Amino acid sequence: MEPAILEADNVSLRFGGVKALTEVSFHVRRAEIFSIIGPNGAGKTSMVNCVSGRYRPTEGRVSFEGRDITRMGANRRAAVGIGRTFQNLALFGHMSVLQNIMVGRHHLMRAGFLRGMLHWGGARKEEIEHRRAVEEIIDFLEIQHVRHAPAGTLSYGLRKRVELARAVAVSPRLILLDEPMAGMNLEEKEDMARFIIDLNQEWGMTVLMIEHDMGVVMDISHRVMVLDFGRKLVEGTPAEVLAHPQVRRAYLGEDVGAEPVPA
Amino acid sequence: MALAPAGDFRTSYRADMTIFPTRNSLIAVLLGIAILCAAPLVLGRYEMGLLINIGFMGIAALGLNILVGFTGQISIGHAAFFGFGAFLSAYLHEKFHIPVILCIPLAGIGTAFVGLIFGLPAARLKGLYLAIATLAAQFILEDFFARARWFTGGVAGRMTESVELFGIRFDREESYFYIVLFFTIVMFVMAANLMRSRDGRALIAVRDHYLSAEVMGINLAYYRTLSFAISSLYAGVAGALYGHYLLFVSVEAFNILFSIQFLAMVIIGGLGSVMGSLMGAAFMVLMPEGVQWVADLLAGGWIDRTLKIGGSISFLREMAIGAAIILFLVFEPDGLAHRWKQIKAYWKLYPFSH
Repeated sequence: MEPAILEADNVSLRFGGVKALTEVSFHVRRAEIFSIIGPNGAGKTSMVNCVSGRYRPTEGRVSFEGRDITRMGANRRAAVGIGRTFQNLALFGHMSVLQNIMVGRHHLMRAGFLRGMLHWGGARKEEIEHRRAVEEIIDFLEIQHVRHAPAGTLSYGLRKRVELARAVAVSPRLILLDEPMAGMNLEEKEDMARFIIDLNQEWGMTVLMIEHDMGVVMDISHRVMVLDFGRKLVEGTPAEVLAHPQVRRAYLGEDVGAEPVPA
Repeated sequence: MALAPAGDFRTSYRADMTIFPTRNSLIAVLLGIAILCAAPLVLGRYEMGLLINIGFMGIAALGLNILVGFTGQISIGHAAFFGFGAFLSAYLHEKFHIPVILCIPLAGIGTAFVGLIFGLPAARLKGLYLAIATLAAQFILEDFFARARWFTGGVAGRMTESVELFGIRFDREESYFYIVLFFTIVMFVMAANLMRSRDGRALIAVRDHYLSAEVMGINLAYYRTLSFAISSLYAGVAGALYGHYLLFVSVEAFNILFSIQFLAMVIIGGLGSVMGSLMGAAFMVLMPEGVQWVADLLAGGWIDRTLKIGGSISFLREMAIGAAIILFLVFEPDGLAHRWKQIKAYWKLYPFSH
């Protein structure tokens, strides 16, 4: 079995009196697709934010590849090897698709503003090198036709795809996808699922995903964690998770008998 | 991307990264510069003075545009940095006898450091709060100018020297124009380069979506402060050019009204557009001339007799500036640069624009 790439150890997150997360522990193994599911407000995005550095856990520890990143600034995590997409589109609306994705290469590039202003001293060479890498991602995600379009003018499905491209451009070893399929039609969902599987299998990225579409989650995830009211309900293979009575009741609408399930 | 003519394909990434999208646009710009170089042969001193004004105002406006338009920060203390550059350049020349032509970039660098200090709050503040913080910079620097007699000559002001190069003195409009033209081209090319490289993209990313910029590995505090420094660099160079043009720098020029004029240039020219900064500056320099012309036409006419505007030309000018800003905000919030693009697109597609 692959070792853990990401470990969350007793992570709690409180905003004043509101407990967003309570003592959540889990780990994501290298090269797996790991999904977090749960009802709205269960703390899924909060958990991902703790991993990407947007929030700092009130208690507990997050470590990535054995290194404690609990207190590391969000902007340093790209270089560590963590990339992410957002639930609500977070593209740079006025930049072209190409430029958006180039921003993903930021931490891999070296030319500062002086070299940039003079466009000398390797700045141009570096730009071309990274352009090549970015074009590969553009090909992979099939967005060649909108390469030069301003990101803000694209359709929703395409924007989601560009956002994924930008996260891939970071060259992360762990990619966090916050509802990559929200608001998509069936065809777009199928495309996205295929991209995620390709990212995992061909690009070798570990995927941590939040998604509401149970069909997709159960089909492509290696393991699933269920959150409810900020607590971990269950973690395991899709089959194991589906067998859990509370999950069955919450997601499949099954009537699990009259007696209340002990929480 | 700009509309490319049919058949104009890019075959290398390098060709796709150029500042000028097509060969013709490059030729047009070079031709424009050539025509400008010949301008002193045709135009008089007064008109050359206007062109010089457009040059250094354009540089300063570009600096402010990098801050406001590209990084999404705000500054209402730009004139103070402009003034600092003017004084610093004059001071460096007089005190250390550095040739004026070197004093101008040095003044830019010095002002960048001052901007860096005043930009530190920008790392944490946004929007209105930052506006107030930069207002403080404006007043602190203005006060400093009035008190630091060793640096500015105090209330009396400071005399400056004109540029001297290879034994030639550039002290007339016709000759000084070339100095300004040179710096304008260099500063604009540098800004265009910045915006097509890593750190320029980072600045725009900070403006468009700072949360996801951070996730992409962009240090928000660093880039917000850097943007302030770069904008001050431009203000400093522009100020120095201004100082060595007028040959006299005095404190009262660099007040908050002047700062707001820079903001107006940037808004009218087009936020987030390099060339727009120059268009905005040109607009703000030429508009009073236009208003003057109209006023002269009207002088003595029936409108003049009823409204009695004959002697209050400055009043008319301020009103025109205000009206221009309002009209631009309503009808062309993307500025002259955007309008220019649309005009170009119209002619390119004519008569099949749909």
